[in-house]
Amino acid sequence: MLEIHELHVKYGVIPALHGISLSVKEGEMVSLIGANGAGKSTTLRAISGIVRPTEGYITLCGQEITSMGAHKIAGLGVAHVPEGRGVFPNLTVMENLSLGAYLRKNKLEIAEDAEWVFEVFPRIYERKKQLAGTLSGGELQMLAIARAMMARPRLLLLDEPSMGLSPILVEEVFRMVCELNHDRGVTILLVEQNARMALTVSDRAYVMETGEIVASGVSQELMQRDEIRRAYLGA
Amino acid sequence: MKLTSLWSTFRASRNFKWVVLAAIVISGSLLLLLPFITSNTYVLHIMISIGLYSVLALSLNLVTGFAGQLSFCHIAFYGIGAYTGALLMLRLNVSFWIAMFAGAFMAAIFGFLLGLPTLRLRGDYLAIVTLGFGEIVRLVFVNESWLTRGPLGLPGVPAPVLFGYRFSGRVPYYYLILVVFLITWFIMRRLTVSGIGLAMLSVKSDEIAAESVGIRPVKYKLMAFVISAAIAGWVGTFYASYIAFVSPDTFMYTDSITVLAMVILGGLGSLPGAVVGATVLTLIPELLRAINEYRMVLYGLLMIVMMIFRPDGFWGMRYRVKNAYKKTIRRVKDD
Repeated sequence: MLEIHELHVKYGVIPALHGISLSVKEGEMVSLIGANGAGKSTTLRAISGIVRPTEGYITLCGQEITSMGAHKIAGLGVAHVPEGRGVFPNLTVMENLSLGAYLRKNKLEIAEDAEWVFEVFPRIYERKKQLAGTLSGGELQMLAIARAMMARPRLLLLDEPSMGLSPILVEEVFRMVCELNHDRGVTILLVEQNARMALTVSDRAYVMETGEIVASGVSQELMQRDEIRRAYLGA
Repeated sequence: MKLTSLWSTFRASRNFKWVVLAAIVISGSLLLLLPFITSNTYVLHIMISIGLYSVLALSLNLVTGFAGQLSFCHIAFYGIGAYTGALLMLRLNVSFWIAMFAGAFMAAIFGFLLGLPTLRLRGDYLAIVTLGFGEIVRLVFVNESWLTRGPLGLPGVPAPVLFGYRFSGRVPYYYLILVVFLITWFIMRRLTVSGIGLAMLSVKSDEIAAESVGIRPVKYKLMAFVISAAIAGWVGTFYASYIAFVSPDTFMYTDSITVLAMVILGGLGSLPGAVVGATVLTLIPELLRAINEYRMVLYGLLMIVMMIFRPDGFWGMRYRVKNAYKKTIRRVKDD
């Protein structure tokens, strides 16, 4: 579904990605792990069109999206939940959800999805009239994912869903992410620092280091490799 | 605390809807019948001013309250409309009704032209550009005297003629501004509950996040600028005909700031708020005429007190929270 070929991204003169290639198949959950500054978030930003790559190309279901505007890429069914969540703090929870479905026309389907989102995230339902800025960290993360789901995306890009959450909430958020992948068949590309968690839930994984992919494979296998265990799993 | 809980029980009660409806009907009929209740021209003039400023505040609210773009040149669009209308009526004998739309159209063009370069700017930088644009427009009015007669202004702008009846006195103008106000209200209401308003609010909140849900910020910012300028130009022509005179010093940047203050005081992103703000800031200087010298001091004091105790304005968030969510995902079960 998603193909990235030899992608280079620079912030000004500072290179962030030195030609990475990866692919995500329909229905898969793929994780991207690595330390700070490895270029994980940049990869997601390049996919969703927030930053422009200098070289290489990205295709989505065979269509090239490398230099498309972010709003067009969103229109193709890519939902990005950025690091720091990217919800609209001055709008209510309900408005945030409505905006998630901004590009969709079918009111009935939107309403169905809203009910489903409220079933998955009952906490969001309780807070529906509140301003998003007044939510707690965990609730914000749930809202960000809920909003992305309202777009009924084909591909969900999740950037550090565990950031700043307590261990219990991390479990809860990941349980929901798995549910989205298994029950709803949403293809997910997950960026995570919590490598153990990411490898446990995902089908395949890529390991990034300073703008390059240094290892890749089936998650379960990667977890067994010594160098990965030492560097990322602390064992 | 007691007062707010009383208010919320009242809101929740079944009577609330009827009380609101009754209040709307009563104040609506009072507005309609006002010229029959009083023939005091001063009162009518104040009411016309309130109407005029309400329209200006409502239109600026779209740019600043919804799309979140700080604009200090709203009066420039009003001036462009006033001059365009006045010149067409005086030089080419165009009917007022056509001139009104020409004024709106001209202002819209300038709104678009100003919108284009400013889309790349935000916050303070945009504010400076709009401030500059407002001054340039005023200086054009002053200096291009072959067209505008410079500081002398354009006297004798004709009154509108409707089915052979020539407007005279305050009453017909009162009804005209009432109609203009209602049309503006209707346009704003449609825009803001239709999802366009929500899209604009999202642009105001976070442009990158807006883009990642598929909204094109550029489109909505331009749309806000053009519609807002058109309405300001439209009511500008009304002003030219009502006062029968236009001159550059009516369109100072201080007036832009007054309109901006109305929007902020009333509550950014709220339609009733803009009207309340316009009413309060039109009435206060009038009511304080007795203490002329301290007028501006009190005015400033009010602004400070408001910013401390009600930073949301008179009618801020509450109004929007109530309306916007029901419209978009209407079918969702509601308790």
